[in-house]
Amino acid sequence: MELTVDMAINWMEIARDKYKENKETLTMLDQAIGDGDHGINMARGYQAVVEKIAETEYDHPADVLKSVAMTLMAKVGGASGPLYGTAFMNMSMVMKGKTVDQKVLKEAIDHAITGMKQRGKSEIGEKTLLDVWDQVSSYLDSEDLSEPKEIIEVCQAVVEDTKQIQATKGRASYLNERSIGHEDPGSMSSFYLFEALAEVLEKEATV
Amino acid sequence: MNGLKKLINHPEQVVEEMIEGILLAHPGRFERIEKTTVLTRKSTVQLNKVGLVSGGGSGHEPAHVGYVGEGMLDAAVFGEVFTSPTPDQILEAIKAVDYGKGVLLIIKNYTGDVMNFEMAQELAEAEGIQVEKVIVADDVAVEDSTFTIGRRGIAGTVLVHRIAGAMAETGATLQEVKEAAEKVINNVRSMGMAISACTVPAAGKPSFQLADDEMEIGIGIHGEPGINRTKIQSSKEVASILVNKILADFNYENSEVAVLINGLGATPEMELYILNKEVQRILTEKNVAIYKTWVGEYMTSLEMSGVSVTLLKLDNQMKELFAQKVNTLTFQE
Repeated sequence: MELTVDMAINWMEIARDKYKENKETLTMLDQAIGDGDHGINMARGYQAVVEKIAETEYDHPADVLKSVAMTLMAKVGGASGPLYGTAFMNMSMVMKGKTVDQKVLKEAIDHAITGMKQRGKSEIGEKTLLDVWDQVSSYLDSEDLSEPKEIIEVCQAVVEDTKQIQATKGRASYLNERSIGHEDPGSMSSFYLFEALAEVLEKEATV
Repeated sequence: MNGLKKLINHPEQVVEEMIEGILLAHPGRFERIEKTTVLTRKSTVQLNKVGLVSGGGSGHEPAHVGYVGEGMLDAAVFGEVFTSPTPDQILEAIKAVDYGKGVLLIIKNYTGDVMNFEMAQELAEAEGIQVEKVIVADDVAVEDSTFTIGRRGIAGTVLVHRIAGAMAETGATLQEVKEAAEKVINNVRSMGMAISACTVPAAGKPSFQLADDEMEIGIGIHGEPGINRTKIQSSKEVASILVNKILADFNYENSEVAVLINGLGATPEMELYILNKEVQRILTEKNVAIYKTWVGEYMTSLEMSGVSVTLLKLDNQMKELFAQKVNTLTFQE
């Protein structure tokens, strides 16, 4: 595979649609454990992202992701804006000047994880969106991407797992033991992002 | 307006309209950076000092715009109500007040604020600006909260602005200003309580419910839960609860302190002064000498009714800095 400018743009368009469709779900999850604005913020952020990339010309997917980073940072707010902004900024840095094949994509995701760990001062296994990103990275390391839709199953399993554990960091940690039984909203929003990516890769694989 | 009883026009426009109102009320005091929610200090002379930037969610007025001016901050960044401003806005503030000696960010410890300010710091550093930050976490009520890892930053932040601002005005280096700010942070503690909630305009309903005869001890400035909820008690008893919790955390005995009695938005001055009398009585009994007192609204929470008490242990350097000239909307000394 190779992630092209068009695919990166399409990834963001599909992500926007997913956040729009699932705004209520994310908001509901966030109301259960946080302040209930995650769905609204993500939908608003990705709408702005799609508008921004529609009016810009890009030569390389790294430039698309940089635009995404700057827009999310400015439009999402709260903690999610800086976290996702950092993730896309770091991915962009890794991809810069390179052909974005599976290996580079994995390295980009790893660098996104490093950035988010530092930004959120948290580690993998603390019931945050990092768990989802970590599993996607492992998947890219071990599988050949001939069935990109498998990414969705991998992410789904992680999100399901977040229901069972007590959060120690991130949104869900505010409630301690009350966080058990709820999917972590940040993990859920990362799930939608990778679901969108999987769909783009799937489309490309079947062309 | 679905029953929202507030003197506003549009819930989504409150921050923008407030900024416009501030600029009209105080011409000559501030400059607005175009297309941002940043107000900077207007100066007739070319400033040659460390730039000080603070900010956070709106709804805490006079924080932080009331502290922009000579002897305090150089810029205040307005976020949406109770929401951190975004890094792009903070970055504009940093760029505007970098007079060549670097910029200090004064951040209240909330997860969103810390992340957005840190990101702005990295962006500014990438542009070659020297930036340092301090994080204020003065609230002794709870260790972790709805919006923080660690303690929350509340009214004690104002004293950090004051001391760091005075230090910067002397022409001190970025490192010296940061050290002065950190000294305040290490010696300041606060504790608050509320007797009624507040309503974020865009949310449309109160952030929590308190019965008519209840109060909540240790509440946060966004209505985050505190330590416990009890029947309302007298000012004397409330003062004792707040002060004792602070004294249990930090030893102020046999030292000189500055006292800040802060109304949360809807508490009459009469009640603040009554509480001040009780606070000072307790401090005197505990051998704490009061060097300076401020009573009023410094870090509010929209129309929340309640109060916070802040104590700062002073040394000679801080006393000298407190004696310096300050000219902002809230402080003119």
